[in-house]
Amino acid sequence: MYLELKNINKKYGDYKASDDVNIQIEKGSLVALLGPSGSGKTTILRMIAGLETPDSGDIIIDGVRVNDIAPAERGIGFVFQNYALFRYMTVYDNIAFGLELKKVKKSDIRKRVNELIELTGLKGLEHRYPNQLSGGQRQRVAFARALAPNPSLLLLDEPFAAIDAKVRKELRSWLREMIYKVGITSIFVTHDQEEAVEVADEIIVTNKGRVEQIGDPVSIYKEPETPFVSEFIGQSTLIKNYYKLKGFEQGDYIGAIVRPEFVEAFKRDNSDFADVIDSSEVGTVTDILFRGNSLEVRLDVNGIELTTHRSLERRPIYIGEKLRVIVYRLFAVDEHRAYLLENTELQKKGFKDRRLDTYIYNENKYVVI
Amino acid sequence: MSEIISDLNTIDKESIRIAKKYKQKNKNAAGSKEGTFTKIAFISISLIFVVLMLVVPLISVVINSLKLGLAFYIESITTEYVISAIRITLLATVIAVIVNTFFGIVASWAITRFNFKGKQILTTLIDIPFSVSPVIAGLSYIMTFGRMGWATPILDTINEALGTDIQIAFAVPGVVLATIFVTFPFVSRELIPVLNAVGTDEEQAAALMGAGGLTIFRRITFPHIKWALLYGIILCTARALGEFGAVNALSKTRGGTFTLPLEIDALYLSGSADSITASFAVSSILVIISVIVLILRNIVEYKVKK
Ligand SMILES: Nc1ncnc2c1ncn2[C@@H]1O[C@H](COP(=O)(O)OP(=O)(O)OP(=O)(O)O)[C@@H](O)[C@H]1O
Ligand SMILES: [Mg+2]
Repeated sequence: MYLELKNINKKYGDYKASDDVNIQIEKGSLVALLGPSGSGKTTILRMIAGLETPDSGDIIIDGVRVNDIAPAERGIGFVFQNYALFRYMTVYDNIAFGLELKKVKKSDIRKRVNELIELTGLKGLEHRYPNQLSGGQRQRVAFARALAPNPSLLLLDEPFAAIDAKVRKELRSWLREMIYKVGITSIFVTHDQEEAVEVADEIIVTNKGRVEQIGDPVSIYKEPETPFVSEFIGQSTLIKNYYKLKGFEQGDYIGAIVRPEFVEAFKRDNSDFADVIDSSEVGTVTDILFRGNSLEVRLDVNGIELTTHRSLERRPIYIGEKLRVIVYRLFAVDEHRAYLLENTELQKKGFKDRRLDTYIYNENKYVVI
Repeated sequence: MSEIISDLNTIDKESIRIAKKYKQKNKNAAGSKEGTFTKIAFISISLIFVVLMLVVPLISVVINSLKLGLAFYIESITTEYVISAIRITLLATVIAVIVNTFFGIVASWAITRFNFKGKQILTTLIDIPFSVSPVIAGLSYIMTFGRMGWATPILDTINEALGTDIQIAFAVPGVVLATIFVTFPFVSRELIPVLNAVGTDEEQAAALMGAGGLTIFRRITFPHIKWALLYGIILCTARALGEFGAVNALSKTRGGTFTLPLEIDALYLSGSADSITASFAVSSILVIISVIVLILRNIVEYKVKK
């Protein structure tokens, strides 16, 4: 393990910003810290960097406990949430600053800075000041500046937050590519699950100062371990009386989480579903929303509100129409854990999910995983 | 897809058109007859006020100072008393500016960069000179360092031990202290809002790269605050040059501890027609300095805004 956090606790006054945090990160991996606002992501990052001191616990980088090592000595590059570029220095000087502090030879500084400017595609902008750059260019400078002194760990706090949606998408793949090219172990903070899924190899989900789950994007999506993760990831709705749905029995749960892709709705005469029609039940369309590449359909099934997505290629439907509805699976949750429940009726008959893709829904788009 | 984009474009254009229309409407409102009248009335009132209350009196000072001719003017501003007063004024000003600049930077740094108990109290205390009459400032130094002052025995002991003869009340050090007192808040007052606005991000980034406190100040913070600092120094200078009340309480020797404002007062009060003209002549020095400060102030203000 390259980076380890062991039993880290941090309080601000009475508030537990980090509550017994345990994290292990392998060398060379690209990790996302994902969680809602105020869940303690920045706090974790700042403690790793040494900008904040944990109340208890150990931070270990490459086998060395760094709790008492000065921030500058930890070999960390940090990209701040709003970049924190030096406003009174040019792009060149921004990137060179860290090297100058290390008393690197002038000619070596020039070589390294030019190399980074080349790498990040900032050529021709060396003599501009930060306020003369676009958001994306600023991010590149921040990235180059953090990398200049050859850190062994790169921390990025919401690297895309200050950039508008369109450019953000481009920068994501750019950053991912860059990080792989440089081969540096990196952790980035985000509260956007799409971003986490798309960029990271591994996702750490945080909530209320605790680590909820650590895993690769697919397992976070498919096997949420806690109620929070199952509800936070994807477009999830919590329903209380899930046992009224056909194919599910009551268990010792407080409710269940259903995602749109768990729900199938089809017209009675749809021959594709003729074999499973006995396992379906009637649902009334209560609302239809256009979602760009599909429709979001709200259904009332036995008084339970369900949501599904419908391809625009399929036959049109209207509000008030009665469709047949099948729920393939759901995540039942108790206080502490989430459990995957498959539709027992379908399982008995040996039917499988007909949907080819599973996707995460975010910001009106889908990410196929 | 392209349809949606073109749709968005039309929406954009539409909203811009509406915004423009709105702006025009607003302008029209201000440009209506009633609006014009109010505007002219407000501008004239302020202009007349400024001219009558400030510009005319100041110009009359300069004109009066030349009433008895240039030779007399030069003679009156080169008397032994006046030269001494200029010396004391400059001395007090330079020391006050240096001390308060240093103090202002340290205090505003402490207030904006550290969390400590009593921060609010410190912020309030710094502003005391703004709310306390300068005369009281002067008197408080007399209470401290005068014949009956509580600090006098201490000072006497020091003098005895070192074989020196340092006096504070009614001596030059008193004048300097009083000047420092009244100009105390100017620099920190200018720096605190700027330091707050700049935030600590850049400093943290630099610290993380291994920059020490001094490097951070010199390379990161100073460029942000330099114009505000200069502005504070100019204000501090202007106030120090013109201070009367506090200094008056502590300075009683003409030609010894008198500053320019005190000398002007003395000349004026001595009552002969000649000495009154002389007092105007000496005043004109301060007026000219003020005008220069004013111009500098405007230049710096412009730079600060930029
Ligand atoms: N210096 C501080 N003093 C007091 N409370 C703090 C401080 N810094 C953070 N907190 C609190 O600790 C909690 C976690 O903060 P943190 O900045 O780590 O959240 P985050 O997950 O990064 O949120 P966001 O996504 O909004 O940036 C929040 O409730 C916040 O109010
Ligand atoms: Mg944060």
